[in-house]
Amino acid sequence: MTVSNHHWRKARNVFMQAFTFVCAILVILPLLLVFFYLLKQGAGSVNWAFFTELPKPVGEVGGGMANAILGTFILISLASCLGVPVGVLGGVFLSEYSHRRLNWWIRFTADIINGVPSITWGMVVYALIVLPMKGFSVLAGGVVLGLIMIPLIMRTTEEVLQLVPNGYREAALALGIAQWRVIVQIVLRTALKGIVTGVMLALARVAGETAPLLFTAFGNAYWTHRLTEPIAALPLQIFNYAISPYDDWHRQAWAGALVLILLISGINICVRTLTRDRFSKRA
Amino acid sequence: MGNPATSHLGDRLFKGLTLVMALSVFVLIILIGFELAHGSSTAIRQFGWRFLISSDWDPVNEKFGALPFIFGTLVSSAIGLLIAVPLSIATAVYLTELAPLWLRQPLTMFIELLAAVPSVILGLWGIFVMVPWLSGHLFPLLQKYLGFLPLFQGPIYGPSIFAGGIIVAIMVLPIITSVSREILRSVPGLQREAAYALGATRWEVTRIAVLSYAKKGLFGAVILGLGRALGETMAVTMVIGNSPQIVKSLFAPGYTLASVVANEFSEATTDTYLSALFEIGLVLLGVTVLVNALAQLLLKTFAGPGVKPQH
Amino acid sequence: MTALIQPMPNATVETKPDPAPVAAVTVRGLSIFFGNHAVLKNVTIDIGARAVTAIIGPSGCGKSTFLRSINRMHELNPDARMEGEIRLFGDDIYSRDVEPVVVRRRVGMVFQKSNPFPTMSIAENVTVGLRLNGERNKKTLAARTEESLRMAALWDEVKDRLHAPAISLSGGQQQRLCIARALAVQPEVLLMDEPASALDPLATQKIEDLIIELKKDYTIVIVTHNMQQAARSSDFTAFFYLGELVEFGPTTRIFTNPAQKRTEDYVTGRFG
Repeated sequence: MTVSNHHWRKARNVFMQAFTFVCAILVILPLLLVFFYLLKQGAGSVNWAFFTELPKPVGEVGGGMANAILGTFILISLASCLGVPVGVLGGVFLSEYSHRRLNWWIRFTADIINGVPSITWGMVVYALIVLPMKGFSVLAGGVVLGLIMIPLIMRTTEEVLQLVPNGYREAALALGIAQWRVIVQIVLRTALKGIVTGVMLALARVAGETAPLLFTAFGNAYWTHRLTEPIAALPLQIFNYAISPYDDWHRQAWAGALVLILLISGINICVRTLTRDRFSKRA
Repeated sequence: MGNPATSHLGDRLFKGLTLVMALSVFVLIILIGFELAHGSSTAIRQFGWRFLISSDWDPVNEKFGALPFIFGTLVSSAIGLLIAVPLSIATAVYLTELAPLWLRQPLTMFIELLAAVPSVILGLWGIFVMVPWLSGHLFPLLQKYLGFLPLFQGPIYGPSIFAGGIIVAIMVLPIITSVSREILRSVPGLQREAAYALGATRWEVTRIAVLSYAKKGLFGAVILGLGRALGETMAVTMVIGNSPQIVKSLFAPGYTLASVVANEFSEATTDTYLSALFEIGLVLLGVTVLVNALAQLLLKTFAGPGVKPQH
Repeated sequence: MTALIQPMPNATVETKPDPAPVAAVTVRGLSIFFGNHAVLKNVTIDIGARAVTAIIGPSGCGKSTFLRSINRMHELNPDARMEGEIRLFGDDIYSRDVEPVVVRRRVGMVFQKSNPFPTMSIAENVTVGLRLNGERNKKTLAARTEESLRMAALWDEVKDRLHAPAISLSGGQQQRLCIARALAVQPEVLLMDEPASALDPLATQKIEDLIIELKKDYTIVIVTHNMQQAARSSDFTAFFYLGELVEFGPTTRIFTNPAQKRTEDYVTGRFG
């Protein structure tokens, strides 16, 4: 016995499955195209020269992005010095000490800040550091990226700490261990992998940030020797080369983009593999 | 085991330390608001409300009006959401309800990789791949068949507000998809079972038991996407043409709030110029904070304990 | 060893109005596996039409799985595998050309925790099954709504607020709404998975009274943890243990003079 509209309903079911499948393909299509072109246009230019040489003067062919690559690493290291301690400790507070109203507001604010365009951060640090120092600098670049990292790491740390079963805390407290030791030596240690992966994700995110660096780190055609000098960074270099009129710079922009995306994707894949057991139970 | 007095002190110090670190978020938001307001004070005093409704952006003569940028931001975000929202929600539905189980994880991972692509790289691809293709293929096609609409009239250069909208769509697709996915997954299985037991097909179960239940949360996901779209900077700057004008044609170049700051901030020669740019940043900040606050409220009041709000 | 009532030839529902002899659901050699784990082993049983059959047994004995196999709901678990045969009034519900969706329209289900659709009103919840099946006529829908709500003993309490949200009802009322929702599509068999376990004693009593009323027109299979409930409201009882059907027979016999020792131990409370 089938109801009269049975075939119509079956057809609609199949249609919707096909339709949503097509939508899913359309969503991943840009990613595939981007990766394809990055490989096609950039792979040939990622050579030894690219990694070791400084940019050549404007208009000349050749050279590399050695300073930009190093610059990115320096900036994210500096950013971590600000972002990791503040973010992790802040996350500890949110997770381990409960004051419902206060914690709600802290989380709410952190989530809002996470959605603010990163360029506004650039403007803030410009006013705070670049203007008083009368120049662009490594310091400004590191600080702006660090500020962006703080709320990111705070939330991921909190989430990871929440996953630590309460039983651990209670058992330790029942043994008479001071609460701060319980948190540091037991809870944090248990959650360490999660915290590290959260930091890595934040690093991957700020490594690709361009806008805030436009008027803090500013970029540099040469090596940087002091914290108070401007510094090159990979995303900045990619941007400047991409909008320039020189074909050779375009070619190098592709190469830089390939290196950057490999760095970022590498971190992301690493993180996913490390946390796979956390996610594997979900469908 | 330590001396109870010192461990009590240790507890107090540690709690104090972590509290200070956590309170930094308040410091941060006040800092942004203050610095941008302070930086824009010159422009605010000089232009007042006219700033927001004037379309005159003339650095040489020190006349600044933000309307073209507000227009550009709104239009590119609208186009972006129009394209991205249906695609994202349909994809989220596919991933949680309709896809075969073996396909779900790999597809989800792919989409999260897309989320990790930096704006500048998408912009690079945009300049050299997407825009030429658009101006060579899609735009002429649209002009040919839909040219009776003023939207699709006018000269085709390539870099345009339409291109900006498309790239905004690509940038917000991953976040709307993944937040929507979390929302749909949090719908209790018992709801789905009720629909199945009535003899509903898979799509009907999705429609009746899942989508209507998740309406509020999905709306929150969309608003979150809007917040991201409004603030999108680098990719948009690279494909939108950067021309401060308000034109009916989608093929015309445009300019957004974020783009003008990105392009002109480090070249701003006078205090007024810089201040005007600060004010643009302030407008951008105000709008994104409001939109994000709304999104977070929607997501927090809908979501069950298992759903985490994403950024 | 399984005990059966007298095996019945295939008979249609309309011929016999009184309980017992007609078998609504015939199960032969049913085994269900989730992955490699056998949840049900070789179950053979006849569920009588227009009667209430209670399924009892300790936790994990497979009674819910058995219930869900009758409307193919166990297939929602992707690792599920089944062997054997189940016939619904003679129709093989697992045959290759029968889709689960079709089976579920003939068999209704009420769950342990009430699950009305929160975005729908009371009336919309009742008629959702009908509307899915294509019924658009407003008069028919209204008539069926009243009929089902009356059968679920809920009409008097909600007749003035049919358009109020379903979640504005109390827990017991919501469960009766779910029963009305299941009844609205006029199922041939009604399955109930511990329908009163989440309710207070007063609401539970209402559900039990309801079941006794409903069995005049419906075949009901009810899984229950509560042995008093089984003894009070059912005509036949099946005792499951570790995936096997240990004993099946008229309720009075199972509870006063069980044939199997395991059955006796369970009903007298020596375990489970």
